[in-house]
Amino acid sequence: MSDDLEILRQETLAALAGAGDRREWDAVRVGTLGKSGRLTGLLKELGRMSPEERKLRGGALNRLRDDLSRAIEERGAEIEAAILNARLAAERVDVTLPARPESQGSIHPISRTMEEMAAIFGAMGFKVAEGPDIETDWHNFSALNTPDHHPARTDQDTFYLPAGQGSGRERVLRTQTSGVQIRTMLGEEPPIRIIAPGRTYRADHDATHSPMFHQCEGLVIDRGITLAHLKGCLTDFLRAYFGQPSLPVRFRASYFPFTEPSMEVDIGWSRKTGEIGGGGDWLEVLGSGMVHPRVLANCGLDPREWQGFAFGMGIERLTMLRHGIPDLRSFYESDVRWLRHYGSSPLSPALLHEGL
Amino acid sequence: MKFTLSWLRDHLDTSATVDEICAKLNTIGLEVEGVEDPGATLAPFRTARIIEAVQHPNADRLRVCRVDAGPGFEEVQVVCGAPNARTGLSVIFAPPGTWVPGSDITIKAGSIRGEASGGMLCSLRELGLGEDHDGIAELPEGTPTGQSYADFAGLNDPVIEIAVTPNRGDALAVRGIARDLAAAGLGHLRPWLAETVEGTFDSPVTWANDFPEACTWVLGRTVRGVRNGPSPDWLQKRLRAIGLRPISALVDITNFFAFDLGRPLHVFDADRVTGGRLTVCRGAGESFRTLDGRDIVVSPEDCVIADAAGVQSLAGIMGGEATGATDETTNVFVECALFDPVRIALSGRRLSLHSDARHRFERGVDQALPVAALEAATRMIVELCGGEASEVVSAGEAPAWQREAHLRFARIAGLGGLDVPADEAVASLEALGFEVRERDDARVVVDVPSWRNDIAMKMVLDQAPDLSAERAFAAAEGAVAVDSECDLIEEILRLRGLDSIPPVSLPALSAVPLPALTPRQTRTATARRVLAARGLMETVAYSFAAQEACARFGAVPESLRLLNPIAADLDQMRPTPLVNLLAAVERNTARGYPDLGLFEVGPGFGEGGQSQIAAALRSGHAPRAPGRPADPVDLWDAKADALAILAALGAPIEGISVTADAPGHYHPGRSGVLRQGPKIVLGVFGQLHPALLAGRGLDRPVVGFELFLDAIPDPKRRRRAAPELSPFQPVQRDFAFVVGRDVTAESVLRAARGAERTLISAVRLFDVYEGDKVPEGSKSLGVEVTLQPTRGSLTDAEIDAVSGAVVAAVQKACGAVLRGEG
Repeated sequence: MSDDLEILRQETLAALAGAGDRREWDAVRVGTLGKSGRLTGLLKELGRMSPEERKLRGGALNRLRDDLSRAIEERGAEIEAAILNARLAAERVDVTLPARPESQGSIHPISRTMEEMAAIFGAMGFKVAEGPDIETDWHNFSALNTPDHHPARTDQDTFYLPAGQGSGRERVLRTQTSGVQIRTMLGEEPPIRIIAPGRTYRADHDATHSPMFHQCEGLVIDRGITLAHLKGCLTDFLRAYFGQPSLPVRFRASYFPFTEPSMEVDIGWSRKTGEIGGGGDWLEVLGSGMVHPRVLANCGLDPREWQGFAFGMGIERLTMLRHGIPDLRSFYESDVRWLRHYGSSPLSPALLHEGL
Repeated sequence: MKFTLSWLRDHLDTSATVDEICAKLNTIGLEVEGVEDPGATLAPFRTARIIEAVQHPNADRLRVCRVDAGPGFEEVQVVCGAPNARTGLSVIFAPPGTWVPGSDITIKAGSIRGEASGGMLCSLRELGLGEDHDGIAELPEGTPTGQSYADFAGLNDPVIEIAVTPNRGDALAVRGIARDLAAAGLGHLRPWLAETVEGTFDSPVTWANDFPEACTWVLGRTVRGVRNGPSPDWLQKRLRAIGLRPISALVDITNFFAFDLGRPLHVFDADRVTGGRLTVCRGAGESFRTLDGRDIVVSPEDCVIADAAGVQSLAGIMGGEATGATDETTNVFVECALFDPVRIALSGRRLSLHSDARHRFERGVDQALPVAALEAATRMIVELCGGEASEVVSAGEAPAWQREAHLRFARIAGLGGLDVPADEAVASLEALGFEVRERDDARVVVDVPSWRNDIAMKMVLDQAPDLSAERAFAAAEGAVAVDSECDLIEEILRLRGLDSIPPVSLPALSAVPLPALTPRQTRTATARRVLAARGLMETVAYSFAAQEACARFGAVPESLRLLNPIAADLDQMRPTPLVNLLAAVERNTARGYPDLGLFEVGPGFGEGGQSQIAAALRSGHAPRAPGRPADPVDLWDAKADALAILAALGAPIEGISVTADAPGHYHPGRSGVLRQGPKIVLGVFGQLHPALLAGRGLDRPVVGFELFLDAIPDPKRRRRAAPELSPFQPVQRDFAFVVGRDVTAESVLRAARGAERTLISAVRLFDVYEGDKVPEGSKSLGVEVTLQPTRGSLTDAEIDAVSGAVVAAVQKACGAVLRGEG
């Protein structure tokens, strides 16, 4: 290779190496390969040469052009990379900064438990029924075979409201959601399978009683429903609710005016640790029984044809047991610390197929 | 109801342990509330005798005793520090492993100063039985060794407390409990027969009955020449064990029979009865003083017992002070009567008087017992207090209490789910005192015993008034047909234990269950999830609150004010959950948590009834973050929350209009009403009125909303057309309309939207400007209109045409001019 070409090569490579930014690099590129660049100039001179010379010189020039083009390109990429690196370095942030804050909402444990009950009983063919919180004393008591003088009435300290105009019936805040059962029997033909979750009220206020609380009652009316079904249904529910397929469940004879036979239902637990399922102690969790023939008759159902069972349970009580919540009153205090602790996410509703 | 084991054994011949008895009581429906067994902790302590006591070789104050503590401990060496430990003394011995209640230590075998010691000799204080500590307890000479000390000292009488359900008046008697246990297979009921006491003279006090509806039969007799005073030790011990205070022999005897037989009695001091005649009659507004010293006024609805001087007793509930038995009583008149349970219950409730007698009468006493009970009581009075008895006097007559009940054997399985052989079923009933009247293969008819007032009760129905006559009649007839049968099935099943019934899962109604919730019910759950997902926390609060607090949020009609509130600040049914939410915001702020969002989906109450309301409040600031200031909440947060629910519930958002006439608990200029059409109010939102926050420590705005879920129409269930997915790009055009300051944004947007029907796909407000760049009294609204072509790209001419239509429409509807052209 002739000396001038070698000098051009060396000088261009040196200039490229010295180019520190996009502008300097572009100056080298234009000064070499541009319209009036040095290499372009040499290429233009080829036309004036003899074919012999041109062949020799042309080959060398083409090689040099290829080499320098590649070198310029590579250096350009290097500079781009350096520029990008510098930018990325400049854009560095403290990634330990907290994410943009979003307030976290929650579902109250009472609502959650009601959803779970609807899910479990729903799988057994129950529908959810509702009724008013203010009932007549007929719906709350008389229809349920609990006449005015009945000792059971004094056990339930009832809140009274002024009598409705014209009706003359006493109005009470429902002490149980049984009025919903009465309305359902009057309004629908059997077979009936309903649960009635809702607010209930009793004039009682201390560490373990709240003047308002929630109950979930249930009613099954059909032909041929027996006490064995009552036991099966409630055992199935309790085992699903507490997530223990072999939870011990015990049925004890008891008395309610609206059922016969009546029974209370206990589950196994440990008095010492509060743990559900084991421990050899028993804990009462709900009341139930076969619907009393007089209640059926009050609602126009012939007890020779229809029979079934009813039950009722305290929603707060079951929630406290399941989640180990120590204080009943805290449910209604709306303390955000408590709500955050015991509340559940709206994005995982109670779905049987996802697990409760 | 409390009783002791030994008392129970007076009536029940059984070898069952306390645990077995309690388990059985629980099974048969007599729920055990508690057992106190003073003997249980003392069980390891046994009687013993010191064979020989000698001085400890290495300690002045200790003795080494050889002790005989009976089988297993015939010769034990015990080192003892008591000065009275001497040869031949009968003592209390505790073997190693015994926990000593009085000093809370557990005894270990070991050696004391080089001498082996295999137990302990105890003082009464160490057993938790007394304070005297002059050395170890000294038992009587000749006490047999190896006996349980608790048995020896008569401390082995556990007290059992059961809850008696209102139907089981018969179980308010130790004898009734014994009968149930015997019928359940736990021993035999001992026979009980009252021996008659012959009357030797005519009673100087006699009966008259002017109120036979309240009292069918009243009996009595005088015992003259009695010496009243403390009752004997055994009786006092029993009464004390069940929590009753012994008073005097005569009074203790009546209490004994109230619990032993469930038979309330009353004793009058015959010498203090004026005029020699007691009359059962209605009260007449008189006042009288009860035995427990209360002055009460009796009404004509109350059944009383009066003499010539006035009312002396509230019949069946409590006697009077003036004629009660005292220590000086020498002539006593014993009353034994049958009172109407309903009248007793209502009188007791009206006068707030509780007594063991009322408790039993209102649950029903044994209808056939009065004669025998009076004999038994007379006998005990004569035995304990001496004296002689008169002839029995009475008024009224024994009521016809006899009833029959029937049972079809197949129904035990048909209702109870358990096949019980007919013979076993009948045997159970007989053990309870039912007597078979007729029986065949299929059924049995039995006589109900006099003490079971809950079986085959008089049929009382309270049928729904709007039932058809035919349906009501058939149902009532059915109830009569099966009522007593259900009673008997319950008896048979409870005695066997409900655990013997095999559980059967409910048969499926359909292979895949139908939804448990209606679409309307699902909306409540959806509203909850939407709000929680938007960062609000759900609360649940009382449906009632203080009337004055409620009044700030709406009407507080008297019809929704509780007649008997539990507290003065829980007396009014709330008009809206906002009442409680504001109180919760205040409480949390006071605790140091001022930035919060709370909601409740629950009832509000008004004259028109109850409605389901989703309500929320936000207060304080959105959380601060780098580059983001702590913005205080404003009404737009509340509006967004409310609209998010409406959108999730499928309400037609486009058709919702907002008017500025929210109720008074909102800021009048910063609140709105969400409406669908002219009539339906879906909800309200806004900033709470500053007057509500005054004095509550809330110095920042509180915003919120109420949505009336019942008012939201159900979404239309029609099939939706497939969306038109145009391949052509939409075009946006911005307009700045200058309008009067009172013109609402909604009217401008609505007019723009309506300017053209096919191309305009969206209209959005992006700016509001008020200031010196627009004429005074006006504002500029920046509106972005999106045109979505479907047939081809839009030409400038087409775009200009639509733009012109938009401008014209807004101008026409709102008097707007384009900014810069005015």
